[in-house]
Amino acid sequence: MSSVIDAPADTVWAQIRDFNGLPKWTPFVADSRIEGGMAPDTVGCVRNFRLKDGGVIREQLLTLSDYDFQCTYSILESPMGVDNYVATLKLTPVTDGGRTFAEWWAEFDCAPEREGQLAQQIGQGVFQTAFDSLKTIFRR
Amino acid sequence: MIRVTRSAVIDAPIERVWAVLRDFNSHTAWHPVVADSEIEGGEPSDQIGCVRRFTLRDGNRIREQLLALSDRDHVSTYCILDASVPLQRYVATLQLKRVTDGERTFWHWQSTFDAPPGRERELADMVGTGVYEGGFEGLRAYLRRSRHTPHRAAATGRPVAAGEAMPAQGVVATAFGGPEVLRYQPLPARPPGPGEVRIRQTAVGVNYIDVYVRAGLYRMIEPPAPLGMEAAGVVVDVGDGVAHLLPGDRVAYACAPPGAYASARTMRADQVVVLPDEVDDESAAALMLKGMTAAYLLHRTHRVRAGETVLVHAAAGGVGLLLCQWAKALGARVIGTVSSDDKARLARANGCELPLVGRDYRFAAAVKAATNGRGADVIYDGLGRAAMEENLEALALCGHWVSYGQASGPLPPIGPETLAARSTTLTRPVLFHYTAERAALDELARQTFDALRAGVIRLDIRHRYPLAAAAETHRDLEGRRTTGPLVLLP
Repeated sequence: MSSVIDAPADTVWAQIRDFNGLPKWTPFVADSRIEGGMAPDTVGCVRNFRLKDGGVIREQLLTLSDYDFQCTYSILESPMGVDNYVATLKLTPVTDGGRTFAEWWAEFDCAPEREGQLAQQIGQGVFQTAFDSLKTIFRR
Repeated sequence: MIRVTRSAVIDAPIERVWAVLRDFNSHTAWHPVVADSEIEGGEPSDQIGCVRRFTLRDGNRIREQLLALSDRDHVSTYCILDASVPLQRYVATLQLKRVTDGERTFWHWQSTFDAPPGRERELADMVGTGVYEGGFEGLRAYLRRSRHTPHRAAATGRPVAAGEAMPAQGVVATAFGGPEVLRYQPLPARPPGPGEVRIRQTAVGVNYIDVYVRAGLYRMIEPPAPLGMEAAGVVVDVGDGVAHLLPGDRVAYACAPPGAYASARTMRADQVVVLPDEVDDESAAALMLKGMTAAYLLHRTHRVRAGETVLVHAAAGGVGLLLCQWAKALGARVIGTVSSDDKARLARANGCELPLVGRDYRFAAAVKAATNGRGADVIYDGLGRAAMEENLEALALCGHWVSYGQASGPLPPIGPETLAARSTTLTRPVLFHYTAERAALDELARQTFDALRAGVIRLDIRHRYPLAAAAETHRDLEGRRTTGPLVLLP
């Protein structure tokens, strides 16, 4: 999924680089903590967060780049029934107008008949919903 | 080393922006600083290694070479070979990305180069502001213009003034009836309104549904009205609000309402798709309806998996042959029904392992015998009423009966108890429901063209007629004197 946010990339990045910060900018996360007291910008740390619908997800930070405005993480545990899930969120400055091009993509394995539904649930339900939330936060 | 990066968001789908930018010689049309340009040696402008030689409006001359081009990643990389401005070791990469949130495109343009001492800032500004930012604005203006300008003569034949009807010929059913009601007559194509496209058509597909429409069995027209459900051609111009087509684009469609039997046509744009370069107009016109039908039957209505047994009725028919070829490629075992030994041979040559010959709609016993009594996992049925009982009989437990046509007459009402006898699933699908949404249409068309390119499905077009001879094609089709696709050429 991809979107355009009406704020400079460094501003948007400051909002989303906190791996423990999902409750601050997404509408579907109730609370979040980093396991083992690690700093949320330590690569390898695990965020343990609860969705507002009650599901608990554990995700591990694999890459965090302040240079590329990019963050990659994997799912360790979730109620979604996906394997080998790795997602990347990346920001790129749009020099024309000082905006941000935001991309978020994921790869995972699942039962073939669930592909369509999961892709919809993750693409629209998670990524696009989070983009919409960012667009509201940074509305000009 | 100097690095210059500029990026912008363009209010058009990526296909439309890329259609312009992938052409290494298109910059004269849209970039405001480019005066004239040519590809050296007359090479194609998408040939890797080709060189564009161009002059800027300020008189500077530049030669640039295309180093890489990717239709998959929407990337073009090129370098300067020599220039009258001192840009040294200049390599630029232009990349497009889709903005899925709204039909827009992110355009990233970046270069690295060296410059003589003291001129770094001046040259970086010339590249970033003059070339890249100027290019963003130029392309935006070009896309706005191209919605309203009449078509380019080179791409589409005689020019047409904006707002004028375009002279054209078409085939009209003057009443419901036999082939004799068809008349070849002038049928001008009016300028496209909002959401519409005008197409100069180069090939028109003929389908049995056209016979039904002409005869009045399917009430899709009120005579006098033109016939035809599918065609290919070139976009002449588009109306407001049409973002996915450009004048000069090669396109095809398969959709209602009828009206494809014409040398030019104005129609709703949302059912029209851009053709890949490798698919020629005749193949597209012959394939859109039948190919997308096979695609949705095998991939959407029922997802055929390796090892399944598939029963295809009329296995030597237009859709039947495609179903046999494609189902076999998917790893299924294909059994078919055909009406003659000749057709059995044809079906077998196209992937049907066991063609059952007969005209009496008796096939269930043979299907059971061939599957150790188990029956078929899925039946693709274009026969309808006469084959109903045998279809129910020939299905495996929990099998899927897909009734996509009724050549022998419509199915009577079927009660749930009938299906409960074997936990049968019955689907009565219609192509146009599977193509109603643009994304679904694009995906189905892409899947069909990919299968053609990969050789998974094959077309053998043996029957070509001039558009004026449409009545003759109907006589041959109804007289069963043809095999394979029929194409009319305007």
